[in-house]
Amino acid sequence: MSDRHPLFKPLIFVGGIVFGFGLGFSHMARPEVVLNFLQFDDLGLPFVMFGAAIVSGIAFALLPRIRDAAPLTGDPYERRLKPFDRNVLVGGAVFGVGWGLSGICPGAAYASLGVGNITILWALAGMFLGAYAQGYWRSRSQARDTAATGAD
Amino acid sequence: MVTDPVLLQTAADLFPNGISRYAVGGLLVGLGTVLIYIGTGIPAGASTFLESTLSYVSDQSRFQQYVGSRDWRLVFTAGIILGGLAFAATFQSGLVTSSLYEPGTTGQLYEVAGVTLWMTEVQPWRLFLGGILVGIGTRIGKGCTSGHGVCGVGSASKTSLVGVVTFLTVAIGTAQVVAALGVSP
Repeated sequence: MSDRHPLFKPLIFVGGIVFGFGLGFSHMARPEVVLNFLQFDDLGLPFVMFGAAIVSGIAFALLPRIRDAAPLTGDPYERRLKPFDRNVLVGGAVFGVGWGLSGICPGAAYASLGVGNITILWALAGMFLGAYAQGYWRSRSQARDTAATGAD
Repeated sequence: MVTDPVLLQTAADLFPNGISRYAVGGLLVGLGTVLIYIGTGIPAGASTFLESTLSYVSDQSRFQQYVGSRDWRLVFTAGIILGGLAFAATFQSGLVTSSLYEPGTTGQLYEVAGVTLWMTEVQPWRLFLGGILVGIGTRIGKGCTSGHGVCGVGSASKTSLVGVVTFLTVAIGTAQVVAALGVSP
């Protein structure tokens, strides 16, 4: 969108830097450390995920009471609520197998590249491939459903 | 203060690197999310970047729905990469030290232009195959560790809580099986 506030992208960029720095500091950018958690050798990981969830949870709860809309977009402050269906379980399970095998998730993979982990490009290539395969299949089945409905 | 030696030993076993680096890192991840939310009202997750970036090269409807957000998602990811580099240039390089920070012993350190960088020893096939499943799974499941785990849980979303419990449980099972099969690192 070209009519966005001039500070929109700079703020996203700064937020991303803090976010990535935190992933580096917490060692989540290291697949070994994530795998150590999953194998119960170092239980630190929940402090990262739930620590971040608590901080953002406070903002998600407070901001709607303080202001009606975000200054840079004019969008209302809303929580991140998505409808539940079977896909949440199926997708969560597939993601879980991938995360358990590799020790890396998307945000941590970007930060991992930043800390110098060139090898993580294998994981990033895989993620794009997986997202493409999934999107290709969904776009096709969606087009088929639309065509079927249109024929009625 | 906890002074019971048995309790202290248990804590040392469960948290060999302490908890401060995890808690402080988590607070920073949350702070980054909050900065973006305050200014824009967007609870940003990291994995939609995969689909939104594919919209630059593919006409599939599934990716084209993200055309409106693909530019800022690219900026967000560039920031995350740069944030990782900023960490490498400061704490990882020893330029900044803090009692809140425990350096790690995993992987390999190497130096480029005075910056200490880090490389994983986890085998490429695990990263690639795992990456494919992460790409498929986060897109079917509507979120990843940041979308569901940070923003969704922070929103007290039941969908996200179920998503997190699902992927955490399956990931623990998978990692235990892989380790039991003797795959390392």
